[in-house]
Amino acid sequence: MSRHTLSVLVEDKPGVLTRVASLFARRAFNINSLAVGPTEVSGISRMTVVVDADGDLIEQVTKQLNKLVNVIKIVELTSESSVQRDHILVKVRADAATRLQVTQAADLFRASVVDVSTDSLVIEATGHPEKLTALLSVLEPFGIREIVQSGTLAVGRGSRSMSDRALRSA
Amino acid sequence: MSKGSPISPSLMAAKSAGAAKASEKVDRAADAVVDNAATLSPVLGPNNVVPPTVMTGSEAIVRSLEELGVDDIFGLPGGAILPTYDPLMASKMNHVLVRHEQGAGHAAQGYAMVTGRVGVCIATSGPGATNLVTAIMDAHMDSVPLVAITGQVSAAVIGTDAFQEADIVGITMPITKHSFLVTDAEDIPHVMAEAFHLASTGRPGPVLVDIAKNAQVSNMTFSWPPKVDLPGYRPVVRGHNKQVREAARLIAESKKPVLYVGGGVVKGHASAELLELAELTGAPVVTTLMAKGAFPDSHKQHVGMPGMHGSVSAVTALQQADLLITLGARFDDRVTGVLSTFAPNAKVIHADIDPAEISKNRLADVPIVGSVKEIIPELSEAVRTQFSQSGTPDLEAWWSFLNNLRETYPLGWTEPEDGLSAPQRVIERIGALTGPEGIYVAGVGQHQMWAAQFIKYERPHAWLNSGGAGTMGYAVPAAMGAKVGEPDRVVWAIDGDGCFQMTNQELATCAINKIPIKVAIINNSSLGMVRQWQTLFYDGRYSNTDLNTGHDTIRIPDFVKLADAYGCAALRCERDEDIDATIQKALEINDRPVVIDFVVSPNSMVWPMVPAGVSNDQIQVARNMTPEWEEED
Repeated sequence: MSRHTLSVLVEDKPGVLTRVASLFARRAFNINSLAVGPTEVSGISRMTVVVDADGDLIEQVTKQLNKLVNVIKIVELTSESSVQRDHILVKVRADAATRLQVTQAADLFRASVVDVSTDSLVIEATGHPEKLTALLSVLEPFGIREIVQSGTLAVGRGSRSMSDRALRSA
Repeated sequence: MSKGSPISPSLMAAKSAGAAKASEKVDRAADAVVDNAATLSPVLGPNNVVPPTVMTGSEAIVRSLEELGVDDIFGLPGGAILPTYDPLMASKMNHVLVRHEQGAGHAAQGYAMVTGRVGVCIATSGPGATNLVTAIMDAHMDSVPLVAITGQVSAAVIGTDAFQEADIVGITMPITKHSFLVTDAEDIPHVMAEAFHLASTGRPGPVLVDIAKNAQVSNMTFSWPPKVDLPGYRPVVRGHNKQVREAARLIAESKKPVLYVGGGVVKGHASAELLELAELTGAPVVTTLMAKGAFPDSHKQHVGMPGMHGSVSAVTALQQADLLITLGARFDDRVTGVLSTFAPNAKVIHADIDPAEISKNRLADVPIVGSVKEIIPELSEAVRTQFSQSGTPDLEAWWSFLNNLRETYPLGWTEPEDGLSAPQRVIERIGALTGPEGIYVAGVGQHQMWAAQFIKYERPHAWLNSGGAGTMGYAVPAAMGAKVGEPDRVVWAIDGDGCFQMTNQELATCAINKIPIKVAIINNSSLGMVRQWQTLFYDGRYSNTDLNTGHDTIRIPDFVKLADAYGCAALRCERDEDIDATIQKALEINDRPVVIDFVVSPNSMVWPMVPAGVSNDQIQVARNMTPEWEEED
């Protein structure tokens, strides 16, 4: 089993997320993370899907995904050829005694504090999944109250655009 | 510059073989789309120009169907589709009112299978729509072009558990090629055109159009032809040149090639092209259950049907082949048996319009994505060139091996010991007395296998059955649809007593609408195929397979009385000596449907058989009798 990051350009139509997700479910793939949002082209959304699967199986699922009428294009992004980022919000226990230690830890990871209350902080961080894991392990001793995490976002390095060619030939 | 690798359908096929360069494949795929778009409008029908006209959504549905060239529709109205049935009454289109929506779905399938046109069925929301589900799934499994139109509750109450509300788009998502929920009347023309385009092009399949009641009753501006906007839908039609040449090279090298022909050749209308390729290569041809008739059964190169109940010659041809030339087939488990032991020494050429089929079950050495209609002539041309360079391969040893098998293990049957008629004889006589111009529609089970084995198919679109789905109850409504599509042909539903009881209410539809199909109930008084498995694998413990319709039972229902009540000519045949006369009599009645209750032995079994879970090499020609391969080799 290896980790695959798929970028999927889809028409922004109702039900498209269900169609994509159910294909993964049918083959018993666990979607590791999923991020969906609009793109530079109106009416076109982009999904970033991270799954763990064997090469042959991922190829079969990719073919099935391609059969979905609302799916326009699929690109597999490797870690070398793309930039991949996760986004996280962490609510950490922090009172007057520990607040400074927590903010210093956040600084080390270039994370920012986005909410403060008498007994907690909310820290926002962006980065590679490994970096965020490291941040969490540093914050853990203070007491983590909540974690909210986005799916991985990924974009190919260099000037080429994924939607360019896909939409021209369509 | 991004190193992300684009994964286009055609590229996926190439990747698995590691053959063509990625960029080439992508470019070529795009070219094919352009060619296709330039020559053919994606909107079916004559593309009449209709200037903007104000009408209701319901009128737009009916008008769209008319503009798309639809002649016949099968359906049953209800609350949420009621507005559309009103303008339908004034239309020239023929609407056949069925007695159950499943019947409408199968009828539309049967219609599509014999005509090659899109079958259309209509149902209301909720239970009307869910009654279509089996037929939609059946069409999905067997790649039948079908458009199912369902009414839906008004957009304002969707999601509130309104009366007769069902999320039919959600329910059918995994069993449709695509589906639409229309809540705005303005979307109707383009959605209808898109639905028909999707259903009929590429790998055909069912498309659901669910139309909310508010969209049916509100006003909209209709114009034709609409713009089809499907940026994610680009079926590849033409085969990749390099792959085709590589396939030709393998064919020229092969000593034991087999043309493994699937239903795609029937759907792709490529029988003539196949005949040319077959005669050019001299290779044996096997036609799967879905491909019966794609290549004439009587042709000397035809070695039979492969699979679980295939002939020894066909099954063995695949097992011993060194090359499978796979055309529009999908390596279904009923054909391959245990996949890892299937055709162990064969290289695989796999041509299919659906890239997801290629290398799904069996890795293809030469994948060719495209329409068999285009690929087969390209392949013939490449083979001709290749043979002119490297000579025509000598297949004599291969043929003498296969001919020996054909002679040693012909299809046949043993007479039942209970003195009742052999079901195989009944079916064989129906085929012989009706001839190859007839259309034969089977249900699912033993009678289906016998109808595949003992009727001679000489032309495509003459054999209809529920292959992938295995839907009991398919035959009567599908035969009805076939008869509507091909009114001048004799249409036989060859059905089992179990299957028949699932959908026989459509006999009313047939009788009232003057659709004179002929139904042969192969009445062995049981769920025969299940009973056969109980005989073979469950020590003859017949758990819940006795239907009490046959000889020495209480005969409920009495099929003759039932058929009579439905206004059909009703016949019964219980003795061998009456078989021919009964069939002749049925062939002479053409003013109403005919139902024949053929009372046959419950003990006849389908042979040959590859038991589930074993290699095709373990094929049995009769119980516990497997051919001795050593002698043949």
